[in-house]
Amino acid sequence: MNTLDRAIGRSTDTTFATNKVIKNTYMLLSATLIFSGMMALLSLYLAVPVWTYTVSVIVAMLMGIFVLPRTADSSAGLGVIFAITGLMGFGLGAVISMYLNMPNGPQTVGLALGGTGVIFLGLSGYALSSRRDFSFMGGFIFAGMLVMMVAVLANIFMQIPALQLAIASGFILLMSGFILFQTSQMVHGGETNYIHATYGLYLSVFNIFISLLQILGIFGSDD
Amino acid sequence: MNIWLQIASAAFVVLLLVFLYPAAKHWMQNGPKAKKGDWQAAVIPLLLVVGFVILLIAMVR
Repeated sequence: MNTLDRAIGRSTDTTFATNKVIKNTYMLLSATLIFSGMMALLSLYLAVPVWTYTVSVIVAMLMGIFVLPRTADSSAGLGVIFAITGLMGFGLGAVISMYLNMPNGPQTVGLALGGTGVIFLGLSGYALSSRRDFSFMGGFIFAGMLVMMVAVLANIFMQIPALQLAIASGFILLMSGFILFQTSQMVHGGETNYIHATYGLYLSVFNIFISLLQILGIFGSDD
Repeated sequence: MNIWLQIASAAFVVLLLVFLYPAAKHWMQNGPKAKKGDWQAAVIPLLLVVGFVILLIAMVR
């Protein structure tokens, strides 16, 4: 085999591996979103209290920080990602139930759900079809997340509606940027683990949905 | 929100900050720099997202 054949062979292998990561990520993301939706329906049926959301998200994120990185390279990672997304979905049901009881609640929830789908599909489609490398956004996104976390920390105690609105808007922009970043990482071989990629994209979708719910809930309320 | 839930949430956000900081530092120091036209390619879809959210807000008002 001459040098050109080897180069083409290596390039084909890389493309095959990249396409496999993308395919596996979207398949797992679809499955986790469906599972999460089913868990949300279960918590709606059980009419769990609103604090379930906070507890579920904290436990799920702790699993994401401490358990997922240790299991993501094995089949156990699949169980962990379903446990995380199931828990987050279960918590989401409590919040959805709260919004459904507000005036225009069903419309708000429906628009937030549809809006999240449009934003995710649009940005993923753009990053996949343009095949641009958005890894230059990494520093901006992570620095933005730090700023957001400080704002979230302050607002846990201050509870200022305007700050809540600013945080939700900031999260939608940051998570939208993260979808571009993460998708381009998969396309360009920066992310080779489809469980990690799924977790990142799931968190983006989850945060966009919650932020849209908050924004539409604030603007849709009569007072 | 219950005070204990607030304290637990705050502790969790501090933990997230501790875990996010090294990743943020790494990407800010070693991340690839933008080339000409890169930011434009990212800002246009983000502006479309902003426009879309404004449209959704107009629909609920």
